Amino acid sequence: MKLLKLDACVTASNDRDADALRAKTKACGTLLINVMSSPGAGKTTLLSALIRALPQLDIAVMEADIESDVDAKAIEALGARAVQVHTSGMCHMDAGMTTAAFDAIDGPPPDLAFLENVGNLICPAEFDTGAGKNLMILSVPEGDDKPLKYPLMFRESDALVISKLDARPYFDFDLDACMARARKLNPAVRIFPVSAKTGEGMEALVQWLLAETAAWKEA
Amino acid sequence: MHEMGIVLHLAKTLDETAAEHQLTAIGKVVLQVGEVSGIMTDLFTDCWEYFKGRHPVLKDSTLVIEPIPAVTWCDSCKRTYETVRYGKECPYCHSGETWLLRGNECVIKEIEAE
Ligand SMILES: Nc1nc2c(ncn2[C@@H]2O[C@H](COP(=O)(O)OP(=O)(O)O)[C@@H](O)[C@H]2O)c(=O)[nH]1
Ligand SMILES: [Mg+2]
Ligand SMILES: [Zn+2]
Repeated sequence: MKLLKLDACVTASNDRDADALRAKTKACGTLLINVMSSPGAGKTTLLSALIRALPQLDIAVMEADIESDVDAKAIEALGARAVQVHTSGMCHMDAGMTTAAFDAIDGPPPDLAFLENVGNLICPAEFDTGAGKNLMILSVPEGDDKPLKYPLMFRESDALVISKLDARPYFDFDLDACMARARKLNPAVRIFPVSAKTGEGMEALVQWLLAETAAWKEA
Repeated sequence: MHEMGIVLHLAKTLDETAAEHQLTAIGKVVLQVGEVSGIMTDLFTDCWEYFKGRHPVLKDSTLVIEPIPAVTWCDSCKRTYETVRYGKECPYCHSGETWLLRGNECVIKEIEAE
């Protein structure tokens, strides 16, 4: 027996799979966005609103939320392509599962593919799914202190959507404090306070998605 | 379950390492697990015992877990303290401007193999 010093991340194999998926989506011109949040923060509602607001893009959704296939049906009703992913009780999506889901999208590669990750603020942030961009949703009822409690996800996200803005009158959510906490963890994060219900703030998010989708196809 | 997902990746990473170094059997796997990594050691070991049988190079291996204590840095008073004992708030100056220095890692330190 010989001793091998590795100092390797346990998930090194996942990181390789993730890089391979990023290269593949780059080659076919599909921007893959990993959408993370706690259960009920509004992932499906936001994705539905974005599909309606972006008729010029061909969009697919990979639905990994543990509860049945209700979400995929709702997405298909809006005219986007949907893939239901079965996570067999796993608390996060990894790059291998994401690749399988991406390969299961019917037809030509879409412009934009959203992965609705499992509702959970901890585990999904620990696994690189191979997405081009990470987007997390924090909803007003969850509280402005979440960046302090779940720093990793805030660090790993390119965009932070603060959702259910219309519910602000009923909660003591300090928007400025929340944004400052998120920026302290991740100075480059783009923050979009929105309400998918009233449409408030959605235009900035739509413009960001259009710009990122175009940039992904170019570079 | 969190542990199962990580064990699957650990086994896959080790399979790849074995292929790369032309190893036929791995005897010991030393894993460093941070105190606040969210990994439950007992559950992790159970998952490992269950899955190692599916990988020929791992079937006779033993898993050794070395815990790494969690340490937090206080950005206000520039001191460090034990994370698990005091949490997010600095015990010296009661600031909340604190960051985890170490304790959330899960690293394969070394393996014994032939
Ligand atoms: N008031 C309000 N409710 C919302 C908003 N977005 C989502 N919801 C509600 O929050 C609940 C959970 O939303 P859903 O999209 O299923 O969350 P998911 O589990 O993250 O996919 C549903 O009852 C939605 O109607 C919003 O912007 N404002
Ligand atoms: Mg959903
Ligand atoms: Zn202090």
